[in-house]
Amino acid sequence: MTFPWLTILGIIPLIGAAFMLFPVRLAARPVGLIVSFVTAAVGLAIGGMYLGGTTFLEQVPWIKTFGAWWSLRLDGMSLAMVLMTVILTPIVLVAERKLPERIGRWSSASFFGLVLLLESMSLFVFMADDVLLFYLFFEATLIPVYFLIGGFGGAARRAAAMKFLLFSLAGGLVMLASVIGLYAVSASAGKPSYLITDLAALHIDGTSGRWLMLGFLLAFIVKAPMFPVHTWLPEAAEQGTPGTSVLLVGVLDKIGTFGMIKFCLVLFPEASRWVAPFMIGLALISIIYGAAAAFASKNLLRLIAYTSISHFGMMVLGIYAFTSQSITGSIFYMLNHGFSIAALFLVVGFMIKRRGTAQIDAYGGVQKVAPLLAGSFLLAGLSGLALPGMSTFISEFLVLAGTWTRFPWVAAVAALGVVMSAVYILSMYRRTMTGPLSADVAKSFESDLSGSEKLVVLPLIAIILLLGFFPGRTVETMQPTADSVMKIVQLSDPVPQAGK
Amino acid sequence: MNTATAPVIEYVALMPILILLGAACIGILVEAFLPRHHRFHTQLVIVGAAIVGAFIRLIANWRQGRSGIMAMGSLTLDGPTYVMWSGLLVFGLLAVLVFAERKANGGVTTFAASAATTPGSKAEATASAARIEHTEIFPLFLFSLAGMMLFLAANDMLTLFVALEVFSLPLYLMCGMARRRRLLSQEAALKYFLLGAFSSAFFLFGVALVYGYTGSFTFGDIAIAVTLPTQGRGLLITGLALMVVGVLFKIGAVPFHNWTPDVYVGAPTPVTGFMAICTKAAASMALLRLLYTAFGGERWSWQPVLMVIAILTMLLGAVFGLTQTDVKRLLAYSSVAHAGFILTAVVGAQGIVATGQLTSVGAVMFYLIAYGFATIGAFAIVTLVRRSGGETNAMDDWAGLGRRSPVLAGIFSFFLLSFAGIPLTAGFIGKWAAFESAWRGGYKWLVVVAVIASLIAAFFYLKLIMIMWFQPPAEGVEVAVPSALTWVPIIVGALATLLLGVAPGLLLDVVSTADVFLR
Repeated sequence: MTFPWLTILGIIPLIGAAFMLFPVRLAARPVGLIVSFVTAAVGLAIGGMYLGGTTFLEQVPWIKTFGAWWSLRLDGMSLAMVLMTVILTPIVLVAERKLPERIGRWSSASFFGLVLLLESMSLFVFMADDVLLFYLFFEATLIPVYFLIGGFGGAARRAAAMKFLLFSLAGGLVMLASVIGLYAVSASAGKPSYLITDLAALHIDGTSGRWLMLGFLLAFIVKAPMFPVHTWLPEAAEQGTPGTSVLLVGVLDKIGTFGMIKFCLVLFPEASRWVAPFMIGLALISIIYGAAAAFASKNLLRLIAYTSISHFGMMVLGIYAFTSQSITGSIFYMLNHGFSIAALFLVVGFMIKRRGTAQIDAYGGVQKVAPLLAGSFLLAGLSGLALPGMSTFISEFLVLAGTWTRFPWVAAVAALGVVMSAVYILSMYRRTMTGPLSADVAKSFESDLSGSEKLVVLPLIAIILLLGFFPGRTVETMQPTADSVMKIVQLSDPVPQAGK
Repeated sequence: MNTATAPVIEYVALMPILILLGAACIGILVEAFLPRHHRFHTQLVIVGAAIVGAFIRLIANWRQGRSGIMAMGSLTLDGPTYVMWSGLLVFGLLAVLVFAERKANGGVTTFAASAATTPGSKAEATASAARIEHTEIFPLFLFSLAGMMLFLAANDMLTLFVALEVFSLPLYLMCGMARRRRLLSQEAALKYFLLGAFSSAFFLFGVALVYGYTGSFTFGDIAIAVTLPTQGRGLLITGLALMVVGVLFKIGAVPFHNWTPDVYVGAPTPVTGFMAICTKAAASMALLRLLYTAFGGERWSWQPVLMVIAILTMLLGAVFGLTQTDVKRLLAYSSVAHAGFILTAVVGAQGIVATGQLTSVGAVMFYLIAYGFATIGAFAIVTLVRRSGGETNAMDDWAGLGRRSPVLAGIFSFFLLSFAGIPLTAGFIGKWAAFESAWRGGYKWLVVVAVIASLIAAFFYLKLIMIMWFQPPAEGVEVAVPSALTWVPIIVGALATLLLGVAPGLLLDVVSTADVFLR
């Protein structure tokens, strides 16, 4: 057996978390940072090996009676998610290194521990190649997030944490019914197995396939918050610390779109084709609704949350447009959105730390006193509105161009969302950073970005620009995933017709 | 000419039960003959030795493959018997350790100084002041445990009834023996006794009717009689229904659940913990055996009814749990909901199963064991939260427990997550197994209902977790420092819950090879 790189990768943060959450907390913060950096290093090494042609697959029987395997696998899409997770976690930890002490909140050590626990669970979610294993970690991620929101957030954090958990559990439990149904199908076909490859070979079609698929889909729709089950997200983002929101929206919510590709499309191709019109409709509503709600938001954190709903709509649109270009675009979008949303949330976090509130009204004219902060905010915002040169532009373009070849009108409506995003991002910048500078604001922003804050922002901006200017290698890595999905769904790209 | 033949009793095979019953008798003699100050430790040693001895003999018998229908057809030793006897012995041992906790209660047990005195009377005050302890609780406990073991192994209706009474009567008594809040405790005991007596009467009447129809007490004969095409099945169905009522009462299924909240709250908490899992385990397994072996041919009659009961039980337990403000009441309604989840697995009886896969018997056994470890641990923790010296179960008093004693609150939250069926706990695997067996039995939408009930139930577990972690600590509440006697069940419960959640194969392998009832 080869060296179990993937298992090791997931276990390192778990050990760190165990150390952090137990009563003995000697030098919790340095240890936590070191653990997260080691994880990142291992993750990058694995990424390097993967690009060098190594294949990663670790399979050991786990629960024989259920046909479940401890099975981890990397493909282009999961590698992207894994790398995003291992890079964002240390950045979040550096940004939230010193949580402001507030009455009734928990210690930094617990925060570090929970973040590392969450990192470990998410890594396993992205690497799992077995439905039960995936489900196990999918549900287990809820607990650390629940405590991260409920233990460290703002005044209404308990209600927000509860709402998040109930929405997710509702989706998750419905998915459990489907997971059990999959077992029944696979057991009646002979040998029960939860391996995705075995299940995909069963070709579950017809009514039962549709019902099972809907169970999975519901959980993923809640996760990648789409209209109308998105309502938990704005509250969770508003109440959680910016670092929590980065992990929640940037990493965890990607499980939704990730799951749609890896489970809904691969296991139930026929049912996915059947549900596609509905999903495209839902995606369009999310794009427009998210953008409109973002425009109307008076709170920076809520605003960013709503932009995410719009962007998740775009990813889902790319997935269900069923062209290799749009699916590649969606996967690339999942990666880019993670970095772009992290930059936005964290910079807003720096602003809140200085001003003490996330209300947009409380700002104005900041760029006069804190130009670096304002500049980072603008760059993060521009990546949010997908300006050419930013990585998000490439992905949004791929999604729209891919969708256009199959559904021109859908792409046209979705492009409206792009226009609207320019409006809400620029108006957010205008309202907070430009205009007259009040004495209060000037006093709050006496200090511009500090050294460690630059350390947080710089890598994010660098990654966004780097992926924007040199997307080639990354997109090539993701292309095989999209192509294989296309083959399973049994659709080929529409042939471009001249003169149409 | 008839000659009377001596009955053949397989003493070695039945040794585990005989050891417990023998030790219980010795315990009673100890009460009668030993001076008071020696009794507690002697009883503790007897109970511990009896359970460990019985367990060792049980495992030895299992390895030697002693199975079959024993004691002139009145008991069956088969895979399920061995699994659940082991389970009962382990849970019994863990539960009785909490019985013996003295350090956390200022040097005396939580049982009444003198149960026969009137609450509030002078005699009671004298007995309390003299720090007298009721050590009778230990032999009573042993009788009850042995009765439960008999109950789930019984192979004829009379043994079943006798076992039912052997385990119930000591339980009624134990419920009324709390040292504090004695009136509540006695009320609980009386309620439990009256309702339990009713249910026993139902059961016995059912036995009579079934006997009238089939002409036999043993399950094997009933199974044959059931398959014969005879007129007048009304007698059989009525008899079956009445018997099932009697057993469902013990399981705590709707509409026979009304005693659970009051009895759970009134009974001394160590007894509640013991009762919550061991009664449920014994009664569930007895129900399975009765329905599968004796009435397997009649399952088209009982499956639909049981399905309705399962749905009502799950939903009612979950919904009523939402409004509770008392931790023990909450756990009581949670136990009702769990009875419903167990019944979903029972309903999925005899779905087509290939070798090496889990049957519904296996699913129920796994569920019970998973639920058992968490239950024992959870009730052990409940005994430790105190206000002015006495146990407090008001949820408001549990506020901020995470701050006051993070380890206990962490473990308790872990148990609650297991009850809620969150992955990486044993509860999740148990739920998976139970729902899967219902699905395979063809009751897909029962699984959907069960999933909805799980969601509702998850809400109140999470509410309690939220109260413990996210609210400021309540004033005047303290957490007692227990001795190892209470720590052992807590730690063992937590470790087992984690282990069965992460590597359930250990138990599943055992359960799935020992899930066939011998007929």
